[in-house]
Amino acid sequence: MHEPPARRGAIVVIDYGMGNLRSVWQALVRVADGREVLVSADPAVVGAAERVVFPGQGAMPDCMREIDARGLRPAVLEAAANKPFLGICIGQQMLFEHSEEGDVPGLGVLRGSVRRFPADRMRDSDDHRLKVPHMGWNQVRHCREHPLWAGIADGARFYFVHSYYVAPVDDACVVGTTDYGILFTSAVARDNIFAIQCHPEKSAQAGLAMLANFVAWKP
Amino acid sequence: MGLAKRIIPCLDVTAGRVVKGTNFVDLRDAGDPVEIARRYDEQGADEVTFLDITASSDQRDIILHIVEACAAQVFIPLTVGGGVRSVADVRRLLNAGADKVSMNTAAVENPDLVAEASAKVGNQCIVVAIDAKQSAPGVWQVFTHGGRRNTGIDAVAWARRVQQLGAGEILLTSMDRDGTRNGFDLSLTRAISDAVDVPVIASGGVGNLQHLADGVSEGHADAVLAASIFHFGEFTVRQAKEYMRERGIEVRL
Repeated sequence: MHEPPARRGAIVVIDYGMGNLRSVWQALVRVADGREVLVSADPAVVGAAERVVFPGQGAMPDCMREIDARGLRPAVLEAAANKPFLGICIGQQMLFEHSEEGDVPGLGVLRGSVRRFPADRMRDSDDHRLKVPHMGWNQVRHCREHPLWAGIADGARFYFVHSYYVAPVDDACVVGTTDYGILFTSAVARDNIFAIQCHPEKSAQAGLAMLANFVAWKP
Repeated sequence: MGLAKRIIPCLDVTAGRVVKGTNFVDLRDAGDPVEIARRYDEQGADEVTFLDITASSDQRDIILHIVEACAAQVFIPLTVGGGVRSVADVRRLLNAGADKVSMNTAAVENPDLVAEASAKVGNQCIVVAIDAKQSAPGVWQVFTHGGRRNTGIDAVAWARRVQQLGAGEILLTSMDRDGTRNGFDLSLTRAISDAVDVPVIASGGVGNLQHLADGVSEGHADAVLAASIFHFGEFTVRQAKEYMRERGIEVRL
């Protein structure tokens, strides 16, 4: 197998070996209007991308380790500094400085930390116990206008699966919040970066609309 | 407002066809799993579950092609179970496009498989299916091999154990109720759901929409799974959600 040649203009999903990226790829292909969508572990391909999707699943310490094992950190940081950049799930969490999960540093692109849902606060308004992981369809409230929210109702439901959430230092980067025992930050944005805790690739029409907005986004 | 309770239609698939779907109304190809999954997606299903009941091992790969085709067209979570015996089986299904893989008999015979699979792919991808049957009031035992073999294992203890091993979710089926259309075993559902921290999907016995609502309100289930009430066109997923919302249950509509 040859690595695909580095091509300009592609939407590249960064593959660092942590799980299946087929769903992300397929959802992007669906909304890409014929533009090329690549899944790649090659820093050169990421470097040549027009826009970059940074997914993630599993545990953040494993994800961070695999990124460095594959020499992808410089390419991720370069993309996050210069290109339309979409972080998904652990791909959002890794942009921050530190995670409680495994007590590991993140990439430090955004200031703040990644925290576990607090066990003593996991009750809903009717005092029912809330389970962790937070799994299923929950509402994302728009705290700020953003091009990636275009055509998506404030409070539309997206599919989540996670036990940790991001706590940014800078409130100005918070663009979406979700209520699960606590009100947590479910989407952040700054300049060319947009990152979200849920899985747009598994979130039916709302998710596809968000991905289509990302594909068209000119930050 | 917060997390919605999920409604999950389940498709029994064998040799590439949906078994219970033959009377499906209003579909060009009644038994095509991908087309039925698409229809459920359009109706607002929160996830779809494929249960591969293929008996012969030489037809096992058919489910992979179905999962691939489904994942290319249906952008909601897809769970696949049936005949999963190894981490390699789990990986094959995930690589084909499944989001979660469910294991049942293999988990009982080899609990390390749950731990191993969970460590490799993350607990969010691992569902343990528990088939339980009442043995005394308030006591249920785990059955395997499609409900034919009694393991003697206490179902509540087993649910706690699989959570510790790394199950991210539990798919709980009452063997007493499965196929009866008399509703979930609510005591069982509540006992399991209250005993674990991971989400519990109630299954087995749904005959009407009230049963679905009861599974959540009385059984404390995080999600409800049903096959026949949706397959035979009695109710759409949307109707089920509207009914649940009228009963004060939060759903995605």
